[in-house]
Amino acid sequence: MKTENSTYTIVYAIVMVLLVALGLSFTHQALSDKQKKNIEIDKMQQILRSLKIEASTDEAEDIFKDLISDAYLVDLKSGAKKESSAGTLPTDSAFVVNVADREGFPVYEAQIDGDKKYIIPMNGKGLWGPIWGYLALDSDASTIYGVDFGHESETPGLGAEITHDFFRKQFEGKNLFKNDEFKSIAVVKKGKSVADKDYVDGISGGTITSQGVGAMLYDNVGEYKKFLENVRSSK
Amino acid sequence: MALLNSKTKAVLMGPLNKNNPVIIQVLGICSALAVTSKLEPSLVMAIAVTVVAAFANAIISMLRNTIPNRIRIIVQLVVVAALVTIVSEILKAYVYDVNKQLSVFVGLIVTNCILMGRLEAFALGNGPWPSFLDGVGNGLGYGWILIVVGFFRELLGSGTLLDFPVIPQALYDIGYENNGLMILPPMALIVVAGIIWVHRHLNKDLQEESN
Repeated sequence: MKTENSTYTIVYAIVMVLLVALGLSFTHQALSDKQKKNIEIDKMQQILRSLKIEASTDEAEDIFKDLISDAYLVDLKSGAKKESSAGTLPTDSAFVVNVADREGFPVYEAQIDGDKKYIIPMNGKGLWGPIWGYLALDSDASTIYGVDFGHESETPGLGAEITHDFFRKQFEGKNLFKNDEFKSIAVVKKGKSVADKDYVDGISGGTITSQGVGAMLYDNVGEYKKFLENVRSSK
Repeated sequence: MALLNSKTKAVLMGPLNKNNPVIIQVLGICSALAVTSKLEPSLVMAIAVTVVAAFANAIISMLRNTIPNRIRIIVQLVVVAALVTIVSEILKAYVYDVNKQLSVFVGLIVTNCILMGRLEAFALGNGPWPSFLDGVGNGLGYGWILIVVGFFRELLGSGTLLDFPVIPQALYDIGYENNGLMILPPMALIVVAGIIWVHRHLNKDLQEESN
């Protein structure tokens, strides 16, 4: 076969690229339903982890439906629920809305041992890419019940440690509000302290990621300030 | 024909020892630095590279007589990139947890010089079955170095293995501390150098003549 011929080379390249493109799009199409389902279940597992529940892939959906009593989008300016946004099914607007692109601001409500918990999604920046998480608050809208963090590409052993228990457990029982003012939680270097708000130790070697977590709490949860204040004053 | 004769056996086993891609040919060092701060990503990366190297080698070997010489590198890249994408799609659909662990590393397989090196040096000149074995051998040869490096870095840097604590608390109580330097990339180079040192010590014929 003459493989040095220019026409042959061009035809070869075109056919190869078409075949590969066809193969890849077919693979993607065939698997995309399963992938979507996985992403949904993963999101449920994250929300459940912020409620201190480790659910396996198989049971996540059932536990989630059991615990989550309401989900809705809120208006940041007034802090009020938006009309017709309520629902508890994964297909409702509070679940499908793209939080990272700021399309809407969901709140999920859960009932744990008779106490209402509010769960707020968070998005921020780590060192190498996006970080995100879910913050579960007690019914006083200030005390942290639990928290879960995720990341796309932080360094294993350093920034990626934010997903581990020892880091997340520090947040439990900390207060977002001091003297009725939203202060957030600071993430500081081990051994350092902050005077006017609650703080947790950052990760040594993961300084930028730790700072990202602090900023994410301050900015993202701060946006929900009005909503949280409404909950607090209605008590 | 037996599946393994002496030639194919050498093709499979060589890269594990005296023809190792990492400690003899010094290829794939960049990913050896990046993914080995913990044992688990090292393990998964080792498996992923082995699978991709084996199938890329076999496919290129089957096509080797049709590939136009002038665009052969592009053809190789397309095959590797397509395989990596398929692997990542399958991981996403069936083992989502592992996929999250690997997120960036899967994409990095494309840039692993061992892959292109084996395609150029072996698959273009040999049949599909030896090429497949060559891919497996080189993937495993790369993999065991990664696993050894990951083992020491996680053990000494974090005091854990596969995230289970293995250093007894009593040792911490008498003043032992995890070595934070082990988690940083430079220590991967030093551990790899340590492996090379031990390996050359055991295989005197690999030592260069000093003049």
